[in-house]
Amino acid sequence: MVENRPWLTVLSHLVLLAGCLVIVLPVWVAFVASTHEAATMLRPPAPMIPGTHLLDNYATVLFEGFGQASRVPQWLVLFNSLVMALGITIGKIAISITAAFAIVYFRFPLRMTCFWLIFVTLMLPVEVRIVPTFSVVASLGMLDSYAGLIIPLIASATATFLFRQFFLSVPDEMAEAARVDGAGPLRFFRDILLPMSRNSIAALFVIQFIYGWNQHLWPLLITTKESFYTIVMTVSRQANVQDGVVQWNLIMALGILAMLPPVLVIVFMQRQFVRGLTDTEK
Amino acid sequence: MATLQLKDVRKSYGSLEVIHGVNLEIADGELVVLVGPSGCGKSTLLRMIAGLERVSAGTVAIGGKVVNEREPKDRDIAMVFQNYALYPHMTVFDNMAYGLRNRRTPREEIEVRVRDAARILELDEYLERTPRQLSGGQRQRVAMGRAIVRKPAVFLFDEPLSNLDAKLRVHMRVEIRRLQQALRTTSVYVTHDQVEAMTLADRLVVMNKGVAEQVGSPVEVYERPATTFVASFIGSPAMNFLPVSVNGESRTLTLRGGQPLTSLDSPSPAQDIIVGIRPEDIHLQPNGQGEAVRLVVGIDLVEVLGADSVLHGRLVGSEDRIMARLPGIHRIRAGESLPLFVAPDRFHYFLQSGRRMAQQ
Ligand SMILES: Nc1ncnc2c1ncn2[C@@H]1O[C@H](COP(=O)(O)OP(=O)(O)OP(=O)(O)O)[C@@H](O)[C@H]1O
Ligand SMILES: [Mg+2]
Repeated sequence: MVENRPWLTVLSHLVLLAGCLVIVLPVWVAFVASTHEAATMLRPPAPMIPGTHLLDNYATVLFEGFGQASRVPQWLVLFNSLVMALGITIGKIAISITAAFAIVYFRFPLRMTCFWLIFVTLMLPVEVRIVPTFSVVASLGMLDSYAGLIIPLIASATATFLFRQFFLSVPDEMAEAARVDGAGPLRFFRDILLPMSRNSIAALFVIQFIYGWNQHLWPLLITTKESFYTIVMTVSRQANVQDGVVQWNLIMALGILAMLPPVLVIVFMQRQFVRGLTDTEK
Repeated sequence: MATLQLKDVRKSYGSLEVIHGVNLEIADGELVVLVGPSGCGKSTLLRMIAGLERVSAGTVAIGGKVVNEREPKDRDIAMVFQNYALYPHMTVFDNMAYGLRNRRTPREEIEVRVRDAARILELDEYLERTPRQLSGGQRQRVAMGRAIVRKPAVFLFDEPLSNLDAKLRVHMRVEIRRLQQALRTTSVYVTHDQVEAMTLADRLVVMNKGVAEQVGSPVEVYERPATTFVASFIGSPAMNFLPVSVNGESRTLTLRGGQPLTSLDSPSPAQDIIVGIRPEDIHLQPNGQGEAVRLVVGIDLVEVLGADSVLHGRLVGSEDRIMARLPGIHRIRAGESLPLFVAPDRFHYFLQSGRRMAQQ
C-alpha cells in the first residue's frame, strides 16, 4: 500500500501523535513530579514543567530511603530487582534451551509426553499456582532469599516452545554435518546450535527480563525483610501509606528509576530483539 | 585411500524395507555414481555408508574393515550435502577447519590444509566471509572444501549440484571430476541427473525401488542396458519400446499391427518380447552396410533443439509411440508420414519381465 495523498499523511500523523501523547504524558508527569518538593505536589494544580529538586530527590531515594514502607536505601531495592530479573532471565533461557535441545535432538522414552507436560504448564501462570508454590518455597526455607525470588519463576514453557520451533527449523543436515565433522552432541550444542540461536536468545532475554523485573505479587508474598524487597513492589507499597503524608515526588522518582532498566534493555537490544522474533533464516 | 564394499546391504523402516540387498565393490580411487529416480533409495544407501543411518542387514566395509557399528567420524569419510549444510555463523575458514579442530589437528597444520584447499577451489578471497555472503556456487565450493581438507578415505556426495543453475552445474561437474582425479579419492556420488551420472562416473549404479538394477561403466550401461528400466532411465529422449511377438520357426518378429519387423539369430525363450530402439539410432536414410529395418511413422510433433530435432510419432499400423532424434534441423510438418530406418544390430531385446534377453 503505497499511496500518496496529503490528507492521509496528515491523518496518520495525527493518530500516531495522539498515541504517543497517551503513552508519553503520564511518564512526563511522573518525571516532572520527581523534580519538585513534596509540598508543591500536594497543592493543585500539579506542575507540568520540571522543578529544581531533581538531584535532591533522587539522592534521597537512592541513598537514604524514605516513607514507612521501605526505609532502606533504594539502590539496594534496585539491586534486588536486578538480581531477580537477571536470575529469572538467565535461568529461564538456560533451562528452556537445554530442554528444547533434548526434545528435538534426542529420542528418549516419553519424549512427547515430556513435551506436552511442559506445554500444558503454559496454562498455569504464577498467579494460578501461587499458593502451592508458596507453601513449597516456605517449607524449603527459601523465604527472604534470592533463590526464593528466582527459582519458582524459572520454568518456562513459552521459551522452551520458542527454542523447539527454532531448532526444528534448523535443517537436519546441520546436525549430520557436525556428526561427520566429529562433533558429539554437546559440542554440536555449544559450537553450532547456541551461536545459531543468538537472535532467539536475545529476543527472549528482552521479554523475560521485563517479565522478571515486573514481578509484583510473588516478591510481595515471599519477602518480609526490607533488604529483599524489589522495586516494583516497593513503589506500590509506598503509595499505600496508612496515615501520614504521601511523598509523591519521591515515589515518582522511584517510579522513574523502576522504569529505567527495562527501557535500557530494550534500547540496547532492539536490533537483535526484532531479528529474533521475525527472522527465520538459519 | 581405500576400497569400499557393500555386502547385501538392506534398510528397513519398521516393517517397510526400502533397500533390498545391495552388493557393490568400489575400487580404490574409483568414482561410482548412484543414479535413479526420486525415492529409489540413493540417499538412504549413501547415508548408510556415511553412518548417518543404521544398516538393517548386511555389511559396509571401508578399507577392508567392517564399519557398521562405527560413528560417522570414525569411518574416515567426508560428505557433501545437497543443501551444503554450512555452519551459518562461522567464516569460510572456520567452516573448513571445524572438522580438523575437532580432531585436534595442530593449528599450523589446519592453517596449511585450509589454505591449500581454498587455493584449489579458488576461495582464497572469501576465507573471512560467512556463508550468507557467498553465491550458490561459492557455497558449494566451501562444502567441497570442508570435505577435502580432511583428506578422508572416501568422499560421499548427495546431489551436490542440484541447487545450482544449469550453467554453473556443468562447470562444477567438470571441477568435481578434475578434483577427484587429482586427489584420487574413492568417491560415491548420488544424483538423479543422467548427464551428471554419465559424465562423472567410472562406474554407474542404476537404482530402482531399492534395488541396484545394473552396475557397469557408463558406456556399458548405455550400450547394453540390463533392464527396460535402465534402458529408459539412461539416454535422452528415453528408449522406444515396441511389443512384438515371435513367430516360432522363422523367428520373425511381428509388430502388433502384424507387420514383420526383423528376425532373431537364435531362438527366443518367450512368445512375446519387447524390442527397444534408442531415438538416436533412428535415421532418415538407411546408412551403412547391411539391410536396415524400415519403420513408417506418422509424425505428431517436431521439437527443434538446434543441434538435433526430436520427432514424436506413431508407427503406422501398430500405433506404438515412437521418438526419433535426428541430427540437425528438420522442417518436417506434423501430420506427415515418413519412412525411418534402424540398423537391426541396434535393437535391444527384453523379456516381458523387463530383463534383457541373454544372447541377442
Ligand atoms: N525415515 C524414513 N521412514 C520411512 N521411510 C523412509 C524414511 N526415509 C526414507 N524413506 C523412504 O525410503 C525411500 C528412499 O528414500 P531416499 O531418500 O533414499 O530416496 P532418494 O533416492 O534419495 O530420492 P531423491 O532423489 O528424491 O533424494 C523412499 O521411498 C522414502 O519414502
Ligand atoms: Mg536423496
